[in-house]
Amino acid sequence: MSGIFVALQGAVAQGVLWGVMVLGVYITYRLLNIADLTVDGSFALGGCVCATLIISYNVNPVLAIVIAALTGMAAGAATGILHTVFEIPAILAGILTQISLWSVNLRVMGGKSNLPLLKLTTLISGVSDLLGITQAQSSMIVGVVIAALLVAVLYWFFGTELGSALRATGYNEDMIRALGVNTNTMKLLALMLSNGLVSLSGALVCQHQKYADINMGRGAIVIGLAAIVIGEVLMGKLINFGMKLASVVVGSIVYFLIRAIVLQLGLKTNDMNLFTALFVACALSIPVLTAKWKAKKAYTEKVEEDETC
Amino acid sequence: MLTITNVRKTFNKGTVNEKKALCGISLHLKPGDFVTVIGGNGAGKSTMLNMIAGVYPIDSGKIEIDGVNISREPEYKRAKYIGRVFQDPMRGTAAGMEIQENLALALRRGQKRGLGWGIKNNEKDYYREALTKLGLGLQTRMTSKVGLLSGGQRQALTLLMATLEKPKLLLLDEHTAALDPKTAKKVLELTDEIIRERELTALMVTHNMKDAIQYGNRLIMMHEGRIIYDVEGEEKKNLQVEDLLKKFEEASGEEFANDRMMLAK
Repeated sequence: MSGIFVALQGAVAQGVLWGVMVLGVYITYRLLNIADLTVDGSFALGGCVCATLIISYNVNPVLAIVIAALTGMAAGAATGILHTVFEIPAILAGILTQISLWSVNLRVMGGKSNLPLLKLTTLISGVSDLLGITQAQSSMIVGVVIAALLVAVLYWFFGTELGSALRATGYNEDMIRALGVNTNTMKLLALMLSNGLVSLSGALVCQHQKYADINMGRGAIVIGLAAIVIGEVLMGKLINFGMKLASVVVGSIVYFLIRAIVLQLGLKTNDMNLFTALFVACALSIPVLTAKWKAKKAYTEKVEEDETC
Repeated sequence: MLTITNVRKTFNKGTVNEKKALCGISLHLKPGDFVTVIGGNGAGKSTMLNMIAGVYPIDSGKIEIDGVNISREPEYKRAKYIGRVFQDPMRGTAAGMEIQENLALALRRGQKRGLGWGIKNNEKDYYREALTKLGLGLQTRMTSKVGLLSGGQRQALTLLMATLEKPKLLLLDEHTAALDPKTAKKVLELTDEIIRERELTALMVTHNMKDAIQYGNRLIMMHEGRIIYDVEGEEKKNLQVEDLLKKFEEASGEEFANDRMMLAK
């Protein structure tokens, strides 16, 4: 029983740290309608940069996270420039950056595919030492504080003139361009912001799991989509913007809880990607199928008398 | 005000789909001119408006507003001078945002957008007042999503948004064509009222000859990328739809080929 409890605690910690990445995915996927595949690469980039800085350059772990986030923004800018200046479709632009990041990440880690942090001090271990709590508890606290802070900052940003223009770009490009906004700049900004958050999350996860791995970002975009869908199902669609942002992090936590539970129930780790993909496919197709089913069911051959219609 | 000099535009140059859209258009608008634009399908009416707005680059010629050459400015920069209402009611507003958010975006047309609040409390009274003037009851629904409004309401809102911050030039591209006749009439009357009250300079493309005659102080007819008829003042006021059809036949040497236009007579 205590084994399950520990597993669930770890899952919550993981969920909240990955939740920062999901916030990034939310910006591109929900606000701009772009499925940005850069994410898989920029998540690993965050982890790799963070680990290398701590191990090879003895950089302060907090500063390492900040620098990791900045490199993520650069990755987002690469995708953004490919998409806006060279008009490459967003999905392809993301794939190009993602694939190039694989090489970049290996370079960053000096050719190694895995960098362990072992006994080195991280933000997570620092907090756990300071408060005398376990690593998982420390991850949870650090994650909650950072996620809450980011939700607050994003809520503020998307309420500003610039943030409103960015949201409007997602809703109606023609309209906001006619109102004097350079929509290409907005898309570039969104992709940078998004990937900055994704790399920041990668750096946090790296410090939590105490290693960086070239494959740590594989499937991140799918996890992001799963978490967004879960958040929306749990907290509904008719809520204010701040709650929507929070629901994204909650969705991430719930995703990792579900994951921990199915693993405890005996699902093999190797099958996890298949499970997640099926989950997202179902979540996206259920609304479509129910709408079709309802439309079919609503039809009747009998002519109905309706005074109002 | 607006001066267009010898503007040319050819789409798909050098291919089998080559289409000479504008063949050396020149036009000068005085401040306060309300010009209606008519013409058959493919005459270049919408293309002319799009060129002025900067949707596509022009091949040659010059477009000036108040002496400023905007020929090579991108669309988003020209927004500083130009308010626009599109034919499709869905194109002029952001469906997923509140009415007041849409207005706040429009109030900042052409201005630098920074990190100040996107919508300030003291603006809301102004929005409420402006919405009240529309007479559609939208002032009580300022926090409703625009997606909940009907096509006519959205078009009226777009009109308000285009003129909230006084534009030097208002471009209306068949903005009532997608509405039912009754709503179209209402939006058109509203347009006329706003243009008069705020003393705007406007170009309005329409498929309805009667409307083209009834509204505005000047009328231009286009055909195959050229302006073939330009009339204003008393002479315009006394026009009949029959006169326009005759003018068209004279100028173009063919019958007026546009089903929609014929029906609107």
